[in-house]
Amino acid sequence: MLMLIKNGRVIDPGNLDGIVDILIKDGKIAEIKEQGSGVRGQGSEVGGQRSEVRVIDASGKIVTPGLIDMHVHLREPGHEYKETIESGCLSAAYGGFTAICPMPNTTPVNDNGQVTEYILKKAGIADMVRVYPVGAISKGLNGKSLCEYAELKEAGAIALSDDGNPVSDSQLMRRAMEYAKGFDLPIISHCEDLNLAANGVVNEGAVATRMGLAGIPNAAESIMVMRDIAICELTGSRLHIAHVSTKESVQAIRNAKKRGVKVTAETAPHYFTLTEEAIKGYNTNAKMNPPLRSSQDREAVLEGLADGTIDVIATDHAPHSYIEKEVEFDQAANGIIGLETSVSLSLKLVQNSVISLTDLVEKMSTNPAKILGLNIGISVGAPADITIIDPDFSYKIDSDSFQSLSRNTPFNGWDMKGKAILTMVGGKILFDEMQP
Amino acid sequence: MQFTKKDILDMESLSVEEINLILDTADRMKEISIRPIKKVPTLRGKTVILFFYEPSTRTRISFDIAAKRLSADSLSISKASSSIVKGETLADTARNLEAMKPDIIVLRHSSAGTPHMLARLVKSSVINAGDGMHAHPTQALLDLMTVREKKGKISGLHISIIGDISHSRVARSNIIGFTKMGAKVLLAGPPTMIPKDVESLGASVTYNVDEAICDADVIMMLRIQKERQKSFLFSTEREYSKVYGLTKERAKNARSDVLIMHPGPVNRGVEIAYEVVDGPHSIILDQVTNGVAVRMALLYLVSGGVRNADAD
Repeated sequence: MLMLIKNGRVIDPGNLDGIVDILIKDGKIAEIKEQGSGVRGQGSEVGGQRSEVRVIDASGKIVTPGLIDMHVHLREPGHEYKETIESGCLSAAYGGFTAICPMPNTTPVNDNGQVTEYILKKAGIADMVRVYPVGAISKGLNGKSLCEYAELKEAGAIALSDDGNPVSDSQLMRRAMEYAKGFDLPIISHCEDLNLAANGVVNEGAVATRMGLAGIPNAAESIMVMRDIAICELTGSRLHIAHVSTKESVQAIRNAKKRGVKVTAETAPHYFTLTEEAIKGYNTNAKMNPPLRSSQDREAVLEGLADGTIDVIATDHAPHSYIEKEVEFDQAANGIIGLETSVSLSLKLVQNSVISLTDLVEKMSTNPAKILGLNIGISVGAPADITIIDPDFSYKIDSDSFQSLSRNTPFNGWDMKGKAILTMVGGKILFDEMQP
Repeated sequence: MQFTKKDILDMESLSVEEINLILDTADRMKEISIRPIKKVPTLRGKTVILFFYEPSTRTRISFDIAAKRLSADSLSISKASSSIVKGETLADTARNLEAMKPDIIVLRHSSAGTPHMLARLVKSSVINAGDGMHAHPTQALLDLMTVREKKGKISGLHISIIGDISHSRVARSNIIGFTKMGAKVLLAGPPTMIPKDVESLGASVTYNVDEAICDADVIMMLRIQKERQKSFLFSTEREYSKVYGLTKERAKNARSDVLIMHPGPVNRGVEIAYEVVDGPHSIILDQVTNGVAVRMALLYLVSGGVRNADAD
């Protein structure tokens, strides 16, 4: 079947920006045409043949290469009551993502080819968004010995990370970065000095002091950001810093980039949307690691997004059930879900003139693709992985309507403007909320 | 004025008027404890559950006595004797307790914010008997009552709180309570024990204990826990006592009318010298006595407080 996306503003940074029509044939982009220059609706003449064409009128909408969330936690294998690979994929599709990278902290840990293959097999059965698993840096995430990176890569792992468990041993981190270089795999680092973070549960500062909660200082993150940048300089490997939350980290990454270090970085919508104030009332749905920081940190993250220091927006989608969240604040599990709120929250950056729409597409598609070595984009012959965004779609976030099995979001009930309304992977429409 | 609060969670959520009402009510309640028959029927038929997740002697007994002197039925549960050891969550335990229709649940818990969580889950009144490092409002109220009783006022007084401010819910509640009532609060201790941005609560900070002692109308010493050594908060008890303790010599530099307080339990010879605990300025046991009166007042007020305590 043929499909025609017409009248939309197509933004593929560095390649295309304008009102063009996209013709999709056999799951691939077959033609890209200036508006109204030939490809028409039903029954039109395409490539010399008459065939059925489904027309998607994207007038007033933004058409982008498929969005990629390079930092999610699917809880399968091990904790399927929080999220399965299937529910996570569905959640991604409903959020506008065509590809996701699940972190390895499952049970068992994705530290060997068999687990990677299992994840990909399940993803294949789900047959929805593309799943690119992240393998572990160290066996069992224990920070003691290296995993078999060749086997992980062969099985389909696209990057390496001990996310959730920082690599405390600097020598292990050095060797991991060097060893990964041999397989051209990027290292994604969860930067946290565990001794300094100690028993902290929220950002160290006035809010923590008032609430009587143990604090985590900014330095617990930035020390490790600086260490990993130093190791990256030493080894010349590819380093990607996960979930940047502090102004010192932003500064360190900015300086490193100026020196030409091959470091990239991501932040999550909650770090540029919320501050530590969100935990007031002991809201466990605002508890995550790294913690929500001060308003100065949030400002610095926004600046980092604006000037390109922060390359990627990734959600750190971390599903937890009520069992882990309806408990004492200091006992509550870290993390919030993000797949189904990310696009709307990120569009706020455009509405508030922090970044342009083009920047947004870069940070949610082009840059993650570059970092992960994925070949995507709106070009003839490329797979039709496409997201359509309605920048004017007004709605209220309702966590009960989420596809994710979990509900742990601090954004429930928020009024939003702008949303992903169609997700297509390989020409197959997975989610469609377009007004007919 | 009518007391309308369902719960007593922290000092932040109490207004100056409410605090005054609690203290006035406590002043009247105090008399009941010196009667030959220490019991009034005010809360007859009310059920008070004392839910203590964390060990406590003073506070639990104080609440228990307060409830009994008002004729309420009170019962205690500890963590060890509850279904928590069977893996039941606090939320589920709370729902089960609620199903038995208690009127008041008094909660002591090692995690900050648990009384707030409980208050959202149950219809019964919740009184915070200490939650982690967060708040201990009944302690702050009994301290306010004791100071007001001895000094005739709170406003304008200089209150020095000395010790491990970081880990102290008593300090947090007293900083908020005393500043709200117009006193000036000065905190002193080693920098490792002063939490970040604590000035935002309205207190000043010094690392020099002598400075905190010389001008104070009230000196409140906090207990030093030996296990804090393991997280490097201080070197040795010996040095702590020498540099930050209320020694006999240091106490001599205090004002002649100074009040010396301690929320207990006291580490004699560590944060406070033997002689000072038992000395003429110490009002440590008055605090304990007033604790019963304050808790009677609170049980009475959250129960509706429609009847005058003396009327029956």
